[in-house]
Amino acid sequence: MAPQTPAADTSDTLMSLQGITLAFGPKVIQKDISFDIKRGSIFAVMGGSGCGKSTVLKSMIGLLRPTAGHYLVDSEDYWTADPAHRQTVSRRFGVLFQSAALWSSLTVGENVALPMQMLTKMDPATVRSQVELKLGLVDMLHAIDQYPSELSGGMKKRAGLARAMALDPDILFFDEPSAGLDPITSARLDDLILNLRDGLGATIVIVSHELPSLFKIADDGIFLDAKTKTPIAHGAPSWLHDHCDEPQVHAFMHRERETESGRTD
Amino acid sequence: MNSTDRGQPEWSLQAGDNANVIVLSGDWIAQQGHLPEFPADGLRQARPGQKLIFQTHDLGRWDTGLIGFLWALKQGAAQAQLDMRAETLPDAARKLLDLLPDRPAPAPPLPRRRYAPLAAIGTVTIDSLTEIGTVTELGIETARGGVASVTGRGRMRLTDLMSNIRDAGPSALLIVSVVNFLVGAILAFVGAVQLRKFAADIYVASLVGIAMVREMSAVMTAIIMAGRTGGAYAARIATMQGNEEIDALTVFGIPVSSYIILPSILSLTATMPFLYLYGCLVGMLGGFTVAIGMLSVTGAGYFHQTLNAVALNQFVFGFIKSIFFAILIGLTSCRIGLQAGRSAADVGVAATRAVVVGIVGVIALDAIFAVIATTIGI
Repeated sequence: MAPQTPAADTSDTLMSLQGITLAFGPKVIQKDISFDIKRGSIFAVMGGSGCGKSTVLKSMIGLLRPTAGHYLVDSEDYWTADPAHRQTVSRRFGVLFQSAALWSSLTVGENVALPMQMLTKMDPATVRSQVELKLGLVDMLHAIDQYPSELSGGMKKRAGLARAMALDPDILFFDEPSAGLDPITSARLDDLILNLRDGLGATIVIVSHELPSLFKIADDGIFLDAKTKTPIAHGAPSWLHDHCDEPQVHAFMHRERETESGRTD
Repeated sequence: MNSTDRGQPEWSLQAGDNANVIVLSGDWIAQQGHLPEFPADGLRQARPGQKLIFQTHDLGRWDTGLIGFLWALKQGAAQAQLDMRAETLPDAARKLLDLLPDRPAPAPPLPRRRYAPLAAIGTVTIDSLTEIGTVTELGIETARGGVASVTGRGRMRLTDLMSNIRDAGPSALLIVSVVNFLVGAILAFVGAVQLRKFAADIYVASLVGIAMVREMSAVMTAIIMAGRTGGAYAARIATMQGNEEIDALTVFGIPVSSYIILPSILSLTATMPFLYLYGCLVGMLGGFTVAIGMLSVTGAGYFHQTLNAVALNQFVFGFIKSIFFAILIGLTSCRIGLQAGRSAADVGVAATRAVVVGIVGVIALDAIFAVIATTIGI
């Protein structure tokens, strides 16, 4: 896995962030974010807690408008497009939220079915078989009639993953998929993500700070710094682990204390 | 840490060989209280240039109470430029002390608040106008969704509508009955006292009938629904907001208006007019019970007088009013839920606000209807 730079070959670029700045009112979260994501890759947004990883993801899925910069999906500017067109682009996204965000008043099966019922013209029989297929892929068929409150953390994540795949998206976003999961469940989820990428040919953007998971699945990535509020390194997690000299990144990748400030992170 | 009782916590500064010695003795337990504080000038008598060491032979049990004292001492030593040797402390105490910063971080200065009346009026005006715009937009979007559902192009799920109707209608019958029965009875009591003076007992039937049909049933039912269903809608939507469920809808492009707001408003609109009619009947029954029990009125006479007094158009007027009340409660409670923050406290705030806004809104809207009714002569 070679290091990637924003200026790298762009022929196969699916998404591109160019000079994005994100802010809540006057409070800047991250600035000057630029990177490209290749079709079919697994791209990791990395960084310590509170550096704005999830905020970057929020802007990429259309929940937070950046205050500056361009976000291109297939060379089209996402945020300057008219809302109807933006909606069409969003239809290509599938999102697994950090809390899974399953609709709590619906069963697992209904959660997966709702997007199909509300947004497509599928007949009930097709919806039913699609729901069973999607739940089967994540091994959750047995919980089809259960409510989210009856599920464990790992099951919620898998159900959320099935829902994210409801409309066969070609771009999947995962917000801290293994947060709060035990190592075995987390490793299984990693395998599932890899299999889905290979099977569906989807491009995956993953926000995470779980090192084993990042090393295992991500092909490329960006490292966000909480202090300077900007990305400070770019490349596959395993390449950053071996070659990046940036003290922050080195400490993160080797699970060490930060050397310069002298405080345990 | 020693388990035997070593008495009161005490400390002293003594001069040793080429060193300042802090002697610690007794039990230093925070929850037992009466711990000595390290004074700001506690190291005034220390010999400068010499190290500061600890003698802990007589130190008994200790917990964070001792660490608090040592932290203050450490800051004093830094100020007096004394070389404090923490390694002469018990190992556990030294480790805890190492975790603490050299000095407590200064509290960030409070932002200065200046009262600017003009700016405040401006902000309130802009906020109110924005809110009116947002609610109107939400209303229009929902109405559009409603029309689309009727023409078969809509995406509202019938199951959502039916479960909402069940919650808003049949399960509200009991409380609507109780309140309206009592309101009818109270009206009859109040009227009876006055009307008996003029031997006009029978007019209690007119009083109760007109009051229930014109005002009381519609307003009381709406207030009950604002408290019961409006509050529940706001709390439910606010909880969804906190669980990222609304975000999930947005990302999929499922319109919140057709998934949440439309079924809520439709179910209220479908049930409220019937609850109103039911409330009228129960209220009249309440008045009837009091009249029969207290006054010299026959059942047939009461019934006849009621029919004479209450015209059909007043029922129609009340019916229409309750439809508007339903739309108002549905729209405001959903809007307040969507606007809520993401914490548990915000859910409570949203529910309370929805109830307050619903009740005040219903009464204000009723006042407008009263003016309209007077103008068109109903």
